[in-house]
Amino acid sequence: MDNHGSHITEYKVLVRVLFVLLLCTFLTISVTGFNLGAFTVTIALLIAGFKSYMVLSYFMHLKYESLLLRILVSMVFVLFIIIVLITFIDYSFR
Amino acid sequence: MSTEYISFLEHQGKYKGIRSWIFATDHKRIAFLYMYAIASFFLIGAILGLLMRIELISPGETIMKPQTYNGLFTVHGIIMIFMVVIPGLSAVFGNFFLPILIGAKDVAFPKLNLFSWWLFMLGSILAVASQLLKSGPPDTGWTFYAPYSTTTGTNVITATTAAFILGFSSILTGLNFIVTVHRMRAPGMKFFNMPLFPWAIYATAWIQLLATPVVGITLIMLIAERLFGIGFFNPDLGGDPVLFQHLFWIYSHPAVYIMILPAMGVITEIIPTFCQKKVYGYKAIAMSSLAIAGVGFLVWGHHMYTSGMSEQARWFFSLLTFLVAVPSAIKVFNWISTMYKGSIDMKPPFLFALFFIFLFMIGGLTGLILGSVATDIQVHDTSFIVAHFHYIIFGGMGFAFFAAIHYWLPKMYGKMYNFTRANIAAVALFIGFNLLYFPQFLIGIQGMPRRYFDYPPRFQWAQITSTIGGFILVSAVILMITNLIIGVRRGAKAPANPWNGTTLEWQIPSPPSLENFDEEPLVKENPYDYK
Amino acid sequence: MSEHITHVEEHRDDEASKLGMWLFIFTELLLFGGLILVYSVFRMQYPANFHEASLELSVTIGAINTVVLLISSMTIAMAITAIQKKNKKLTLRLISITVFMALVFLFNKYFEWGHKFEHGLYPGSDLMQLLERGHHLYFSLYFFMTGLHALHIIVGMVLLIICYVKVNKGSIAHDKFVFLENGALYWHLVDLIWIFLFPLLYLIS
Repeated sequence: MDNHGSHITEYKVLVRVLFVLLLCTFLTISVTGFNLGAFTVTIALLIAGFKSYMVLSYFMHLKYESLLLRILVSMVFVLFIIIVLITFIDYSFR
Repeated sequence: MSTEYISFLEHQGKYKGIRSWIFATDHKRIAFLYMYAIASFFLIGAILGLLMRIELISPGETIMKPQTYNGLFTVHGIIMIFMVVIPGLSAVFGNFFLPILIGAKDVAFPKLNLFSWWLFMLGSILAVASQLLKSGPPDTGWTFYAPYSTTTGTNVITATTAAFILGFSSILTGLNFIVTVHRMRAPGMKFFNMPLFPWAIYATAWIQLLATPVVGITLIMLIAERLFGIGFFNPDLGGDPVLFQHLFWIYSHPAVYIMILPAMGVITEIIPTFCQKKVYGYKAIAMSSLAIAGVGFLVWGHHMYTSGMSEQARWFFSLLTFLVAVPSAIKVFNWISTMYKGSIDMKPPFLFALFFIFLFMIGGLTGLILGSVATDIQVHDTSFIVAHFHYIIFGGMGFAFFAAIHYWLPKMYGKMYNFTRANIAAVALFIGFNLLYFPQFLIGIQGMPRRYFDYPPRFQWAQITSTIGGFILVSAVILMITNLIIGVRRGAKAPANPWNGTTLEWQIPSPPSLENFDEEPLVKENPYDYK
Repeated sequence: MSEHITHVEEHRDDEASKLGMWLFIFTELLLFGGLILVYSVFRMQYPANFHEASLELSVTIGAINTVVLLISSMTIAMAITAIQKKNKKLTLRLISITVFMALVFLFNKYFEWGHKFEHGLYPGSDLMQLLERGHHLYFSLYFFMTGLHALHIIVGMVLLIICYVKVNKGSIAHDKFVFLENGALYWHLVDLIWIFLFPLLYLIS
């Protein structure tokens, strides 16, 4: 599938994505205002994760790239998360 | 192949003389550049090792002061790890044969490839400089463990910068190889038609790409710690030295597989050729390479059982460590099954491959002793460890390098070497190697610590044996290299396919032409198709 | 169909270049990953200190910088759309806006850092050594992470300026824009990292 350059992301799609991203930023800041204890970090990270998903898919065109590339990108994130989790097997039980 | 061809060695490019080499973008010339550089560093490292062995021949001060000894084992480690074994097989034989084995004209980014070599040389020069500059060679060991590395007055910053640059070179090489495998395969060459050496290089490249940045950032943190006192690894400022070990081994354990995976790939090429038999369990070997690369990322903690990790982390890492032994064992069983009922031809490359399997098994099985927490605590930081990783790194990667050079030298230079001398050198290497490192297992169990320049007299018998082994080993290396040089200079002309191999490199003339394939290569369904 | 084209042109493989850029982005992600790992360990060990220290930072400046980077990310993505639509003028304008946004970001960062420096708060300063452990680690991480990120902003800016020159010369055009694509990918990476740094450094409750 050498359909390079065949996909053009329309301007209005990009503007919409930006709008969603700005909304998320606002949401993160306001969530920090409430005291939700340990959940605050979780929510902040979930929102950051969603934002990076949007950037990766639309701004970085990942949505229109080959399946292979999408797998590789998710693999890198999964690898990092696993490494963090394993490190915390040490730090949480010390 | 009837048409007139010009080998890449005689091809006239833009430049002449030395510049036709150091500015070459041809993957084969870059492979030669790496090989000459790495061979020189190997000899320097070996001489330093020999000096240590001479020091250890008798208890107390023999030829040097303790601080000199500390510098020596650090330098020996930095040179051998970062400048010899990590780039070793993938930069030399990966560069030369990965494109040829998948039917490509070159790697995906030839200029980047040359840039990697320049970075490698820059890093190496810095590493050597760190030994010679005023404050004295670093004395931390090649692992740069904090907090000592943040306080010692020696050239730690120079050495870590060097390691950082060498790591960057390694990342770029890995990147290049991954893209090459994905985008440059000849028409008809699917992933599962590739020979197994490219598979091993591919898996290695992923580790180089994903693990090296972690050590990169760690070394920058170490430098910042020394310059600004950021405190990440300094308990006085609230930091945690064990965190340094975590970060360091998150890279450096996968790095062990950067060293050994290509070695396994080389052996997997050699064994079917000299048994004239289809490799046993092609897919199992290919997949086990990826499995080793994957699981290898998750076992770093087994270097830290005595560092104060939590109990839970220790048994977890121990469990994963035993898992990673499985794909390695799969490979060993497959090699042996390939030999079974093959028509074995004992040429020098095969002899080296056999020695590899023997030494690698000793290294691997002693690795299991270290992988289980209880026994590791007994032998941690003793010469048992030294013996174990030399069996893997030298007995494994080193012997695989020797096997590879004897296997592919006819293709690379178009010349043949003397078999008798090569066989003598191989046997002498094997004897010298075992004399040198096996006694270290024994006194390690009895409690001889590593990185000590002194020892109680009851260990002297082993230290003397080791030193004798060291001299035999170095003499054998010299004999081997001399034999190869004589072969290249005055040897008989090598045919295109001296070993009756079936992979693509044997379809083209020796040495290959500039673009490797003057006609489109004939890709086989199974790369090891012996009739 | 495209097979023929690839053979006529002298070895050019845009997919390979793009894959190469992605692989490079992986290494950058893991580079910052190492830092985030250090951050999470210390945040777990000193949660209260991290919260107190983070109050020293201005959420407003952080938020403004986030918005600036998000907008710049959009404009550079739009630049690719523009070049695909053969609109050279718009492409150039969008790249300029992106570079301008990068400068705004650095300007803000300069003031943010400068403010800290004035109060004697910088890596290696005497004040830093006197801080409580968690505070010390927090500010070390803050300077290390934002510093490394700013370095990437500068590299990205240089890349985008090169893109500008190339578009202007015509060596990046609607049928060969992989260089611009890669430059944009790098810029998005910078944005991506900031998306995580912002809540981690500025918004700790």
